Amino acid sequence: MADVTRRARQLIEAGFDRLWVRGEVTSFKSYRSGHWYFTLRDAEAQVRCVMWRGDNQRLPTSPEDGMEVFVHARPTLWEERGEFRLTVKQLIPTAEGGLWQLQLERAKAALERDGLLDPARKRPLPPYPERIAVVTSPDGAALRDIVSVLERRWPAVELWVVPTLVQGDGAEDELCAALEMVNALPEMDLAIVGRGGGSREDLWAFNSEQVARAVAAVRVPIISAVGHETDVSLTDLVADVRAPTPSAAAEAAVPERRATQDRVDALARRLARGLGNQAELGKERLERTADRLGAAVQRQVEARRHRLAGLSGKLDALSPLRVLQRGYAVARDEAGRVLKRAAQFSPGLPFRLELADGEVRARTLEDDA
Amino acid sequence: MTREKPSFRDELEQLEAIVRQLEDPDVDLDRALELFEEGVRRLKVARTLLEQSELTVKRVLQDADGTIRTDELER
Repeated sequence: MADVTRRARQLIEAGFDRLWVRGEVTSFKSYRSGHWYFTLRDAEAQVRCVMWRGDNQRLPTSPEDGMEVFVHARPTLWEERGEFRLTVKQLIPTAEGGLWQLQLERAKAALERDGLLDPARKRPLPPYPERIAVVTSPDGAALRDIVSVLERRWPAVELWVVPTLVQGDGAEDELCAALEMVNALPEMDLAIVGRGGGSREDLWAFNSEQVARAVAAVRVPIISAVGHETDVSLTDLVADVRAPTPSAAAEAAVPERRATQDRVDALARRLARGLGNQAELGKERLERTADRLGAAVQRQVEARRHRLAGLSGKLDALSPLRVLQRGYAVARDEAGRVLKRAAQFSPGLPFRLELADGEVRARTLEDDA
Repeated sequence: MTREKPSFRDELEQLEAIVRQLEDPDVDLDRALELFEEGVRRLKVARTLLEQSELTVKRVLQDADGTIRTDELER
């Protein structure tokens, strides 16, 4: 017996090269060992297939019964059963998106069942975060982009980098551990998880159900920013905010310096006006009383006037407007930073000149003059 | 690992509260002066934070015993 099957196997293996076969998957079964067993069939024939763990573990998920696939396989004979069979090395669904799409849909359905995709879960971002955790590769373009946006837009923050692999073996586990660590960091206001663009395989860890659950479990508002603008990843769906790129995440995370400056200036004006009005009111009240009560109160009035005058001086010193009224101007770059040194005015640099009564747009002359 | 810096959000919220109180015509003059002085202090802090130009970047590390610490990230 064994002789016959062995010779048959040798004949079959010698008679075929590896070949591509198209068929529909049926009777799919994944064993505890990690090996996959299934039948491929078309209208006229069917054949048993095996795909070993070492070959199938690179795939994002298992195929479903009824799915049409291409397999790259080596025909052989399983001697113990005398069964003709294909040893599958590669498996590619014929439908666009294939197993990636299937994996994504399976994970999405699981998250949906647990309510993690509910829009009501989304939390607003804090307006002025002071400490931001960023979960990404410490050497990646994502971190560089985030740092440069924060430096330009709002540097008054502490950025805590929680390093992790973002692709390759172990990336999913490291991402989960890093996201969990965010919850152990003190006084964190906000988190960003992300990476720069890459191929679908590179971004795969961000489509992992496990990682998506770890994102959902972060206790501060979290922004997901994964590479390419067009693809939405699973972490985007569970995060509080989805940003198309890491730079966009940094922009969403912090306020714009210029707008905030305007807000502070408006408060300064209201503060000054508020005191002015109170002083007027107070003066009137005191003078009415003084008329009645005479010199003792008059001295009190003088003391208060004195204190008021001192404070007004302080306010003037604080107000850049006062200086501008004497004919000085403040130069600011596009980001609103004050330009204090000649070296900051590179040729052709656009800037704004702030005068007492408004502002003027300007540009440094080119050097060739 | 607590923060050394004053909080911009706190300063701004306090400043807004002060301004609102100061705008109330029933507040008495002594109180108005106090409010104003405090407002000026907070305004100064807010402006300092606004002008800050150095971003702090730290790296989070975990020791073998699970202790979390940070160091400066070289850039």
